[in-house]
Amino acid sequence: MHDVVRQLLAKHGSLPVSVDEIANNADLYDAGLSSFASVQLMLALEEHFDVEFPEHLLNRKSFSSIDAIAAAVSEIADDQAA
Amino acid sequence: MTAAGPVTAMSLPERAKRAAKVAAKYADAVDREGRFPSEALDAMKAERLMGVMIKAELGGEGASLSEVADVCVTLGQACGSSAMVYAMHQIQIASLNDYAVGSAWYEEFLGRVCDEQLLIGSATSEAGGIGGNLRNSICAVDVVGDVVRLEKDATVISYGEASDAIMVTSRRNADAAPSDQVSTVFVKGQYTLEKTTDWDTLGMRGTCSEGFIFRAEGAKEQILPRPFAEIAAQSMLAVSHLLWSALWYGIAYDAFARGQSFVKAAARKNPGQTPPGALRVAEAANLLQQVKGNVVSGLKQFEAAKGNPDALNAMSFAVAMNNIKIGTSQTILTVINHCMLICGIAGYKNDTPYSLGRHLRDAHSAQLMISNDRVLGNTSTMLLVNKPDPSLVG
Repeated sequence: MHDVVRQLLAKHGSLPVSVDEIANNADLYDAGLSSFASVQLMLALEEHFDVEFPEHLLNRKSFSSIDAIAAAVSEIADDQAA
Repeated sequence: MTAAGPVTAMSLPERAKRAAKVAAKYADAVDREGRFPSEALDAMKAERLMGVMIKAELGGEGASLSEVADVCVTLGQACGSSAMVYAMHQIQIASLNDYAVGSAWYEEFLGRVCDEQLLIGSATSEAGGIGGNLRNSICAVDVVGDVVRLEKDATVISYGEASDAIMVTSRRNADAAPSDQVSTVFVKGQYTLEKTTDWDTLGMRGTCSEGFIFRAEGAKEQILPRPFAEIAAQSMLAVSHLLWSALWYGIAYDAFARGQSFVKAAARKNPGQTPPGALRVAEAANLLQQVKGNVVSGLKQFEAAKGNPDALNAMSFAVAMNNIKIGTSQTILTVINHCMLICGIAGYKNDTPYSLGRHLRDAHSAQLMISNDRVLGNTSTMLLVNKPDPSLVG
């Protein structure tokens, strides 16, 4: 999961630094993730995992770190498979 | 503090009206001369309006954002520039109230704001391609030991010269990304302002939003403990949209009141005949009610979300606040234009009881301060994933 998130983040995150330099728990907004890029990343995740982000996960916290994104995607995947 | 007793015994709306009376008296001179509304600000300070939103333990009155917005409506009816200066000051207060908790320096500073009725300015815009993009900085704070230094080429610092303190955004350090920002308040005496640009504008001429090279040195603990990203997302953007909208509503309301008086005077002169402008007064009242509803519902949503970072961070909340700004800034222009058609040449002239030039020019700033195109662009991005809630009770 973290690897896929990293790949999509590298492609859609428009970050000023390399994703390899970012720890799983590092703050992505501090690393330069814009709100526009976070939505692009969200769309890419939805496409890749064939899921849709529910309203309660559409906030800054869900995209604040690689860990948080992975947790959010896992939560949706579990919910939508159930 | 000796003056605090008798003044604060009066209700906040009453004190706001007293300050607004002074603001109204000088509004045309402030507009014509493009000067700072110092009489109005002196009156606001005399009415002890600067610290009302600060909690009582620090010397404030713990007023809600809705109560402060109502002060903005009252001031907006009197003088758009005065109301805007007050609103911008309160935007900084809202940020400091919630995002400097536990900081001894800030507790003392907020106490001073109440005691000395300090006016806080803001320096977010920057030269070098940043412009008004609030969430990016080039300059960076330089911390050596316990001392923080900052130099910023600020393209706009509203009422910079009249401010008693200025809150400045910058990068966290020289290696940080442009969006990795902090905010620091420097008080008068800790900074110098070297003027770079003038403020000779269509409207809002009294805000004196000149450009300056800002150079400051202060104590390290003046850097706000929370990241600016969080302050902007959870407080500053929403509070700005709400307080601006409140004062814009005030400007439009005063234009409406002039239009209504004009029609009433015509009706008195010709009893039995409906004046030609009467229908437009009804149309303007309808639009004004939409503006008011927009602001009231936004304030209600903000008060409900306050203190809950999840609710304040939600995309649906940001979309709602953006929509309030767009709706209000567009509709007030239509309202004032209706009033201009109602009052005719008496509204177009600058020296009649029905003059509307200042209202119309001030109101034109609304769609530019945080450009509506930028706000709509931001909303359209969020609407790629966010679905607005259709519920009326949710």
